[in-house]
Amino acid sequence: MIQEIFSAENVAFMLAGTRISLLVAVCAVTIGILLGIVAAACKLSRSAVLRVLANIYVEFIRGTPMLLQLSFFYLGIPLIYKQLTGSYLATDSLLLGILAIGINSGAYSGELIRSAINAVDAGQWEAGASLGMTHRQVMGKIILPQAFKRIIPPLTSEFITLIKDSSLVSTIGVVDLMKTTEIIGAHYYNYFLPMLGAGLIYLVLTVGISRLSALLERKVAVSD
Amino acid sequence: MIEVKDLVKHFTGVAAVNGVSFSVAANEVVALIGPSGSGKSTTLRCLNGLEKPDAGTVTIDGQVLDVADETALCSLRTKMGFVFQHFNLFSHLTVLDNMTLAPINVKKMDKAKAEALAMGLLQRIGLADKASSYVSKLSGGQQQRVAIMRALAMEPKIMLFDEPTSALDPEMVKEVLDAIRSLAEQQMTMMIVTHEMAFAREVADRVIFMDEGRIIESGTPAAFFAHPQSQRAQDFLAKVL
Repeated sequence: MIQEIFSAENVAFMLAGTRISLLVAVCAVTIGILLGIVAAACKLSRSAVLRVLANIYVEFIRGTPMLLQLSFFYLGIPLIYKQLTGSYLATDSLLLGILAIGINSGAYSGELIRSAINAVDAGQWEAGASLGMTHRQVMGKIILPQAFKRIIPPLTSEFITLIKDSSLVSTIGVVDLMKTTEIIGAHYYNYFLPMLGAGLIYLVLTVGISRLSALLERKVAVSD
Repeated sequence: MIEVKDLVKHFTGVAAVNGVSFSVAANEVVALIGPSGSGKSTTLRCLNGLEKPDAGTVTIDGQVLDVADETALCSLRTKMGFVFQHFNLFSHLTVLDNMTLAPINVKKMDKAKAEALAMGLLQRIGLADKASSYVSKLSGGQQQRVAIMRALAMEPKIMLFDEPTSALDPEMVKEVLDAIRSLAEQQMTMMIVTHEMAFAREVADRVIFMDEGRIIESGTPAAFFAHPQSQRAQDFLAKVL
């Protein structure tokens, strides 16, 4: 049974699914960081409107399940499109999945970035300002570089979470690692072994990323 | 050089500075002394806009300080070096980068020139060999001396010191005071908030004594320390001397 389930063909199928899972996670974390920077900038902004908008975004995303957000994108966007234009929208599950997870991640990354910026000692702001640097210069040359160091560990956790949560795209028809195990499992009436294999692959990915992050952390810690 | 008129600053309803007026002439060294919470540091911080005054005016080198106008505030700040109690060196940069960051970004000095200037200043305090060290590798006294040189790298007309030795171990106080003393000898206009009475007496041209947000008295160190006029100054000196 084991040889049949883990045949070269099936393993290749699972690895193809792994590539999709990684693609979803990498794209989503990239979108998440970009949105997170925007959200953090809005939350720290002097404009009350921007602060309120950022708060609504963060509370909405954090307050509802990711599976629900994903379904909303998958089912809701074509529906809204049809209401607005009257014609059908040919959706791409992979693209929608990446977008939904990226938007979800943005809310969490935004909070991470904001708290890392706030954690920089106020004296660093004052020292920069006292030397005649503008708000923008102090932010860019002093605060963000220091915040960056603090943000590596929590952002790594976020990326690891996304690798695991990317499995949710299997519910909207994307053939990621999780979906390949279901397909193989259905074929052999044995879900246990493919799931075990997928679990191992997820573990290899997440442990590998932790190790890389630890290396990066040591590298930027030279000034401590 | 510095002109302060009717300065008022409240913190959550409490007046930290309550109607303070004084002026500092070019090349003058003024020591600002008084008990903790008397408003000395707040007064000093208002001079370069780190605190926004609630009322009154601060005029630096003929220009009125306006905290709301960032461009004007930044250009005014380039004329004033500020030294903090806790040094506030940039922890992600080397000693040399700490000193060249503002000259390069604010004064648009080219890198080679800024580095030459910084190395010259580091040589003056005997820390040229630390140029490529990160600041966390330096002692408190070394950090504070680098912080003073970082301010001097902007070639300011005025230097403001906010309790520059209060966070230092006792054996490191002298090296920092020596660095400030050498600035006084070079005729730098300075205002120093300090608890080092012997130092104030030696270096200052004038002493201003504050309590409860007001200036109680001021005068030459010789007159003030020998014959304080007010009861509060007498009580204060009796405790600290």
